[in-house]
Amino acid sequence: MALLEIQGVTRRFGDFTAVDNVSLAIEAGEFFTLLGPSGCGKTTLLRMIAGFDVPDGGRIRLDGEDLVNRAPESRPVRTVFQSYALFPHMTVDGNIAFPLKMARTPSAEIRGKVAAALEDVRLSGFGRRYPHELSGGQRQRVAIARALITHPAVLLLDEPLAALDAKLREDMQVELINLQKEVGITFVYVTHDQTEALALSHRIAVMNRGQVEQLDEPSRIYGFPRTRFVADFIGHCNLLSGPVVANADGIVSVDVAGLGPVRVAARSTMAPGRPGTIALRPEKIRIQAAAPMDTPDNHFRGTVADLLYMGDVTVYRVDTPGGGKVEALLANSASGRAKFFEVGDAVEMSWPVAAGHFIEE
Amino acid sequence: MPARSRERLGKWLVSGPPLAYLLVFFAIPTLIMVLASFRTPGEFGGLAPLVDDAGTLDLNVESYARFLAEPVYAEVFLKSVWYALLTTLLCLALAYPLAALIAKSPKKYRDLLLLLVILPFWSNFLIRVYAWMIILGPQAALARGVNGILGWFGHEPVPLLFSSFAVLVCLVYVHLPFMVLPLYANLEKHDQALLDAAQDLGADAWQRFWRITFPLSLPGVYAGAALVFIPALGIFAIPDILGGPEDSLIGNLIKQQFLETRDWPFGSVLSIVLTVAALALAALAALIGRRSAGGGGPERA
Repeated sequence: MALLEIQGVTRRFGDFTAVDNVSLAIEAGEFFTLLGPSGCGKTTLLRMIAGFDVPDGGRIRLDGEDLVNRAPESRPVRTVFQSYALFPHMTVDGNIAFPLKMARTPSAEIRGKVAAALEDVRLSGFGRRYPHELSGGQRQRVAIARALITHPAVLLLDEPLAALDAKLREDMQVELINLQKEVGITFVYVTHDQTEALALSHRIAVMNRGQVEQLDEPSRIYGFPRTRFVADFIGHCNLLSGPVVANADGIVSVDVAGLGPVRVAARSTMAPGRPGTIALRPEKIRIQAAAPMDTPDNHFRGTVADLLYMGDVTVYRVDTPGGGKVEALLANSASGRAKFFEVGDAVEMSWPVAAGHFIEE
Repeated sequence: MPARSRERLGKWLVSGPPLAYLLVFFAIPTLIMVLASFRTPGEFGGLAPLVDDAGTLDLNVESYARFLAEPVYAEVFLKSVWYALLTTLLCLALAYPLAALIAKSPKKYRDLLLLLVILPFWSNFLIRVYAWMIILGPQAALARGVNGILGWFGHEPVPLLFSSFAVLVCLVYVHLPFMVLPLYANLEKHDQALLDAAQDLGADAWQRFWRITFPLSLPGVYAGAALVFIPALGIFAIPDILGGPEDSLIGNLIKQQFLETRDWPFGSVLSIVLTVAALALAALAALIGRRSAGGGGPERA
């Protein structure tokens, strides 16, 4: 049995359905992420797990026990808020000791536990400082230490890294992974940042308009998006749509406007004439100046219309003669020069049938 | 003109008029009062000449000696402090829930509710005090009702008007908005996320108030307490109109010295003692405030 079971949970605000019949089962010790754009219902779902919001329908069970009628203060669930919500009038020690005091822990025990918690988040010696005397990353670590000190069954994290700058965010991601491994507590993590979700999670639930679009491991979410929304939301993706023109021997052909027939390996029963989409990651496209020596499954010519030089890689936007647009990405490392192509260069693009992923819609 | 001296001139042009105003109407009168406290009362009131017929400078501490020698003055003084303190505490007890209610109510109603709080200011202070004379008068429904109930228990009827009760009720009524406004200004800024966090970490409603909301509202409490305590300490109109003979406060005494007894030096002494006491108490409150806010009250962040 899963540790945290969410069954058919629905939450409406007037005419707006924020969370629409969502069911999830989160295992003990899992790093689980709710990923989606703002307004997709991920934060509402998190608030219902914490108890700040009450579902209009459905059940939330923890260890088999229904949580819906328990007040937030009596749920074995803790939250790390986006704003950290550290108490400004208490020291770091006071903040971390707060949940222990609420649980009426003897003060002799509190001192030892707080010191140990500070050590866990590498903040020993900061106990007597006030929150405004700390950096963003340090505040974040205090918030996590405060939430973990009573060993909750589940830790909820609401976009905890959103307020940090990019470099610090990366460091904190590594720290979060290690911390979660160390304490073994189930993390339910809410974010709109797909790279963060891919880097941190054991499993990701991609949410859109109150519903779970796909629930999978990060590599499967990225490699095998089930819907156009997931393909588009997670990373960059060429979505090549059109009517299916052939489907035989595990190869589906889609007639894409501006390109022509594009072939993709797929086990699909879709009959010709129905619309389909091929999701094709930019880095899976081979892009070169000369025509390929072999005979690739898919081969198109085009002209570089725009390029985005990003240091390690360059993204090329290629226009095909038929008016199609394809995004291709090339690592700059091997070239010995800054980038391979310039705007206006004629290029040859090719990819095997296995590079794309067929979506039936 | 160089930019820097032009900037300096601008500063003086902006801050000069209010400074001059305070100098002429506050600092200089205060100095005159301090000087008057060391002089001798005149034969027909006011002040005796500074230099007497013999040509000696007539400055003495007799009025101060009188204040210290006769315990009745210290008693009136302590009674005034007690009334002001009681007024402050009652205002706090009434204003806190009110300010919290307004701060928690939907944004569109807040301005209206605040307007209702300050609405009494639209009518004259004395008229509002006289209104209490009618409300508390012996023929009014309130006094009849109270005495009716007391009669049931075989108690003698009590007068509501011309009593310390009447003085206190009116003191609280008049000063309540001065407590509500700073408290509201503080409570309105509180971050709901802090209360959510406290609840998430296991705090029940009472603990959330006592450990989060109240300590964070202390700057508002101190501001409101100062705004109520200091004027309440020097008030004379309310005890004059609503109080009995026992309810004379330091403000009444000062007024009496200047307008009736016409002993200006002694009136000055009483005023100075009042001012010094108010300043000392305000300083004490600020000190306590700073200490209890620790190193990291939000106002210092």
